[in-house]
Amino acid sequence: MYSKMVTLRFPPEVVNEPIIANLVKKFDLTFNILKATIYPRKEGLAVMELRGHKKNFQRGVRYLKSLGMKVESLGQDIKRDEEKCFHCGACTAVCPTGALYIKRPQMEVLFDSDKCSACEMCVVACPARAMEVRLDRSLLD
Amino acid sequence: MARKKGTKTIKEINRRIKEGKVVVVTADEMAEIVKRKGPTKAAMEVDVVTTGTFAPMCSSGAFINFGHSKPAIKASKVWLNDVPAYAGLAAVDIYIGATEPAEDDPLNRVHPGQFKYGGGHVIQDLVAGKKVALRATAYGTDCYPNRKLNRKITLSDLPYAVLLNPRNAYQNYNCAINLSNKTIYTYMGVLKPRAGNANYSTSGQLSPLLNDPFYLTLGMGTRIFLGGAKGYIIGPGTQHNPNVKRGKTGVPLSPAGNLMVMGDMKEMDPKWIVGVSMVGYGCSLAVGIGVPIPVLNEEMARFTGVSDEELFTQIIDYGNDYPKGTAHSLGLVSYAELKSGTMKFNGKDVPTVPMSSYLRALEIARIVKKWIESGEFLLTEPQVMIPTVKR
Repeated sequence: MYSKMVTLRFPPEVVNEPIIANLVKKFDLTFNILKATIYPRKEGLAVMELRGHKKNFQRGVRYLKSLGMKVESLGQDIKRDEEKCFHCGACTAVCPTGALYIKRPQMEVLFDSDKCSACEMCVVACPARAMEVRLDRSLLD
Repeated sequence: MARKKGTKTIKEINRRIKEGKVVVVTADEMAEIVKRKGPTKAAMEVDVVTTGTFAPMCSSGAFINFGHSKPAIKASKVWLNDVPAYAGLAAVDIYIGATEPAEDDPLNRVHPGQFKYGGGHVIQDLVAGKKVALRATAYGTDCYPNRKLNRKITLSDLPYAVLLNPRNAYQNYNCAINLSNKTIYTYMGVLKPRAGNANYSTSGQLSPLLNDPFYLTLGMGTRIFLGGAKGYIIGPGTQHNPNVKRGKTGVPLSPAGNLMVMGDMKEMDPKWIVGVSMVGYGCSLAVGIGVPIPVLNEEMARFTGVSDEELFTQIIDYGNDYPKGTAHSLGLVSYAELKSGTMKFNGKDVPTVPMSSYLRALEIARIVKKWIESGEFLLTEPQVMIPTVKR
């Protein structure tokens, strides 16, 4: 089962369409809406968790994009607890983007959050459990 | 005096510590000094070389006496924060091992398991001064009628809490790769398939036993840095094996010696005693250890002057060979190469990944150096040496 927090931006043309219902019906996805608004100029914004088979999730996102919608998956953020990190380097084995890397020759483990894709691989690979997933709450306000 | 220049005793070094004249350098500094001036001069100039290591060391644990209850209990099963402790000792004595997972941990049922909390975490929580839930059951005797005990304990109200690690500070360790076709989760970390990465776990030139490869200056009674406090070597570790292949400099090319160490938990710092979770493998404890090595003569200067370029370890396949028990060396790699970030393996560049914190190891070596320079840490004479081989 795959689940992801997404931000959907609806252009005014589709704001009256039953799009979320189609996600359920056509792609077998379930959803949990955390926020939904229609702005005065008729464009809409929704923050929701989409859950289902990964293939269906991808097909669903393709469907949304075909309607001219913007889909952003940056509902979450990886943070490092600087107190807990003891700079071993275990995370660098799994980090696919190089956001976690070692500064040499000091052998200090650095985290460049701009490069982080929030894949969460480091969260379990870190022996000290210093990497945390945090929901980007700013989208919900 | 007919003595060779640069030769000194531990007693003489201690006198220099008390006089504030001692010369202490960290092992990485010693490598530079010996490279520049040679071992003869280095032995005349330097009294002590400090080492350090900070990494998960599974064979660790603590002896705890939690004090008698009213009515009295002869505890036969004991849990600390739901982590089982060994209670087959006297009435209220237990041993909590670092790798013991919490009783309700799902383990590897959904692979790879996360092993979020275990004995190592209990030990760190205690050292951090946190409250820990103690639960005990007993069968009841005439002298110890109580059958159940639930109590919150903290380190400060325990009558006795001593860290006693049966096997720490491994002298060299394997460089782990995975030649199978799937990702594996090991005590050496996550290993990607087809040699996707190579993991190692030694502080190299800073590592205690790599700086005294024949154990000539340390043994039972040697005072060390353990978990942020002063502790002691109490003997060889449970897999101490000096009989391995050694390189030109006498340093083992594979895992060899190790140490049994102990220290008072009440003096320790949670920065240097950290509970860890190895995904898919289990719980453990990262332990900070620093051993001061007296430069008693030119030979010790040469040994402590070793650098990452001269230290090698064997590459082992943890995908097929190691689990089958048929591990064999697939080649040697230097710590200089491992620390560079990539190594050559079968003509391919493989990213190298440390499991041992060099940054923290250096910090430990510097702390021990400061302790000795300030006069608060005197060297001790080892009372019994640990087994070694002819050099």
